[in-house]
Amino acid sequence: MFNYNEYLRNEKLPHIWCPGCGDGTVLKAIIRAIHNLQIRKDDLVMVSGIGCSSRTPGYVDFNTLHTTHGRALAFATGVKHAKPGLKVLVVSGDGDATAIGGNHFIHAARRNIDITMILYNNYIYGMTGGQASPTTPTGSFASTAPYGNIDPNFDICALAQAAGASFVARGTAYHAPQLDRLIEKAILNRGFSLVEVMLQCPIAYGRRNRFKTANDMLKWQKEHAVSVDAAAKMTAEELEGKFLTGVLFQKERPEFTAQYEHMIERLNPHSEE
Amino acid sequence: MEPKKNALFVQGNHACFLGAVRAGCQFFAGYPITPSTEIAELCASEFPKMGGRFIQMEDEIAAMGAVIGASLTGLKSMTATSGPGFSLKQENIGFAIMAEVPCVIVDVQRGGPSTGLPTQSSQSDVLQARWGTHGDHEIIALAPSTIPEIYTATIRCFNLAERYRTPVILLLDEIVGHMREVLVEPPADSIEIWNRTRPTCSPAEYLPYRHTESGIPEMADFGSGYRYHVTGLCHDETGFPTNDPKKIDRHVRRLISKIGRHRDEIIEYSTRAIEDADVVLVSYGSSARSAKRALDDARAAGLKVGLFKPMTIWPFPEEALRLLANRVRNFIVCETNMGQMKLEVERIVGGKAAVHLVNTLNGEPITPQSIVDRIREVM
Amino acid sequence: MNKAAAKKGKKIKEIAIREAWCKGCAICVEVCPKQVLVMDHLVAKVANLEACIVCGRCELFCPDFCIEVIPDVQDNS
Repeated sequence: MFNYNEYLRNEKLPHIWCPGCGDGTVLKAIIRAIHNLQIRKDDLVMVSGIGCSSRTPGYVDFNTLHTTHGRALAFATGVKHAKPGLKVLVVSGDGDATAIGGNHFIHAARRNIDITMILYNNYIYGMTGGQASPTTPTGSFASTAPYGNIDPNFDICALAQAAGASFVARGTAYHAPQLDRLIEKAILNRGFSLVEVMLQCPIAYGRRNRFKTANDMLKWQKEHAVSVDAAAKMTAEELEGKFLTGVLFQKERPEFTAQYEHMIERLNPHSEE
Repeated sequence: MEPKKNALFVQGNHACFLGAVRAGCQFFAGYPITPSTEIAELCASEFPKMGGRFIQMEDEIAAMGAVIGASLTGLKSMTATSGPGFSLKQENIGFAIMAEVPCVIVDVQRGGPSTGLPTQSSQSDVLQARWGTHGDHEIIALAPSTIPEIYTATIRCFNLAERYRTPVILLLDEIVGHMREVLVEPPADSIEIWNRTRPTCSPAEYLPYRHTESGIPEMADFGSGYRYHVTGLCHDETGFPTNDPKKIDRHVRRLISKIGRHRDEIIEYSTRAIEDADVVLVSYGSSARSAKRALDDARAAGLKVGLFKPMTIWPFPEEALRLLANRVRNFIVCETNMGQMKLEVERIVGGKAAVHLVNTLNGEPITPQSIVDRIREVM
Repeated sequence: MNKAAAKKGKKIKEIAIREAWCKGCAICVEVCPKQVLVMDHLVAKVANLEACIVCGRCELFCPDFCIEVIPDVQDNS
C-alpha cells in the first residue's frame, strides 16, 4: 500500500534491530511523513548519535550523518546554521538525547533552531544490553538497576517545552497513523520541534520487566496513552499512570538561523543593491 | 622608518582570525575559554558582515560537532580553544579523522593539568595534539612562533585540512596568542589557497571513501545531490559500516598513510646557523623566540650553536633531524613542558647524540640566558 | 469475497511477505483483525487471504519492512 523502497537503502536491510523492536515502525512513519510533505531527498539531512535509534540514518537514502554519542544535535546545528536551506532531522534515543546529550537537547530547544527531533523513547539503553536510562521508570529493572530503578525520570516533553522548543508532541509506535501526522507537523514548524515516540524494546527492557512479547508492550502503549483531547475530559485520578499523546505544545518563536539572516541583512544594508 | 601602509599591530589571536578569513573560513563555532577567546570574539563581530556564520555553542564538545556538521555542507570551518576545551573536543576530533572531515582546531595552550594556569603560557598540549583522541591515527599540527607566522600557518592549516580531508591543529600558546607584533598581510594573489576536491562523477557512481591514487577521496557537500552516509564506525568505500576485516584494515591504513605519504608536502621547518653548529637547539612556538635570542647571544660569545625549528610539529620533520644527528653531538630541546618534544627528538636521534632539555613549567617563558647557560654546560 | 472488504470497495490481491527480512516478532499476526496471518517457524505466513479486509495494519505495524499489502486495483475502480 505504501512503497518504502524509494526511500530505503534496500541493500542495507534487514536492519540490525531486534525482533519486535519499535524502531522500524517509527522509521516507517518518518518515511511516510517525508513522502507526504514531498521533501526532496537531496534537501534532507538526517543526523543521529549513538544507540539503536541512531542506526536509523544508515537505512534511508538521504544525506545521512551518524555521529558521536549524544552529539547529534550539535552536528545538526552546524549543518543547519551553515546551510539553512537544508531540512534537518535528528533521530535520537532517551539515553542519547537526555543523558549524555542532555545539554545539547535543552540548548537546541532554547535557540529554537529549525531542527526536527524524533526521539525514540524505549526506557532503556538497548544497544549496550539494557542499562537504565533517564527514562527507565522508577521501580523498573535494568542490568544496571538489578534491584529496581531508584532514579526518578525525565518527562522529556516537559523538558523540551521548558527549554523553549516551539513544537512538542508525543506519539507511540502503537498509534502509528497518528505518528505520521505528528512528524509532518513537526517538520512544518519553523523552529525546534520534538516528537517523542514511546516504543517497545522487547529484548533489553521487556524481558526484564514482565512483558513476554512485543505485542504485550504494544498493548501497554494502547492502554496507557491518552490523547490530549480525551485527557481534557478526564479527572486527575483517571489520568494517574497514563501519558498524554498528540501535540502537547506549539507556540511560534523567532528561529535561530532566521535571526542570524536578519542580523546579516542589518549589518550589510547595501548588499542587495 | 617609513610606516608601512597596510601594516597592522595585532595580537597572535587576531592574526589567526585574519589568516582564517584569508583562507576562506566561513564558519566558526566555539565556547569561551582563556586564552583563545579573542578568536571567537573576532569571528562573532566580523563573520556576519562577510556573510560568514558564527555560533557560540553550549560547550566545547558541541562546538567541535557543529564545526564538523558545517564542514560537511561545504564551508571551511574552525574552532578555537585551550587545554581543558581541547581535552573535551578530542572525541569529535577523532570523528573528523575517521569520517575525513576537513576542519581547523586552534589550541592556544595554557598551563595544566586540569584548569591549571588559565592566563599563563605552556606548551604542554604537544602530545595531546598527537595522541589526544583514541585509536590509531595520524594528525597534522603546526606551531608558529611569530605573529606573521601565525597568519600564514593558519592559512596553511586550512589548506592542509582541505587537501588531506582531515582535521588540522594549530598549536599556539598564551604568549604568541596574546603578544602583539607587526603584521603585513601579503597581497591576495601571493597566497595559495587549496580547496577540497569535489566529485565530478555522477551521484550514482560516487564513492565517498574511494581508494584513490592520492589516498584522498573526493568530498561532496551535503545538499549537492550526492547523498551519502557519514559515520564514525569503521566503514568501506561506500561510507557504510563494515565488519569485514580486510576492508577495516585497508581503511585504517589509508587514513594513516594518506598523511604519511605526503609528508614532504606537509612538513615545514626552518634552520638557523646549523652548518657548523656543535650544539643545535630544537624549539617551536613561543619558546623558539627565546632559543633564537639565545643563539644570537651564544654566537656573539663565539659558541657554535644552531637552531632547528619545526613549524609542522606533527608529523615531525624526522628525516631532516636524523640527518643532522649524523654530525651534531648535542641537541637542546627548549620547550615549556616536561619534555614532550624531547621524547620525539630522542626517538629520532636514536642514541647517536645527547638530547638535553631547557624548560619552564610555571607559566613563564624560558629566558635566553638559561639556554645559553645550558649550551656552555654541554659544550 | 468477504463482506467487510466489499463494504470498503476493496479487495485483496496479495499480501507479499519478504521472508528473508522477517524476524518472527508476530506483531502482524496480533494486529490483524481477521486472523489472515500466522507464524510458521518464526516467519509470518498468509494463512487465509480470503478473510483480508485490506485494512493495511500488518504492513503498517511490521517493524521490518517485510509486508506489503497489495489491493486488487481493478476491483477498486
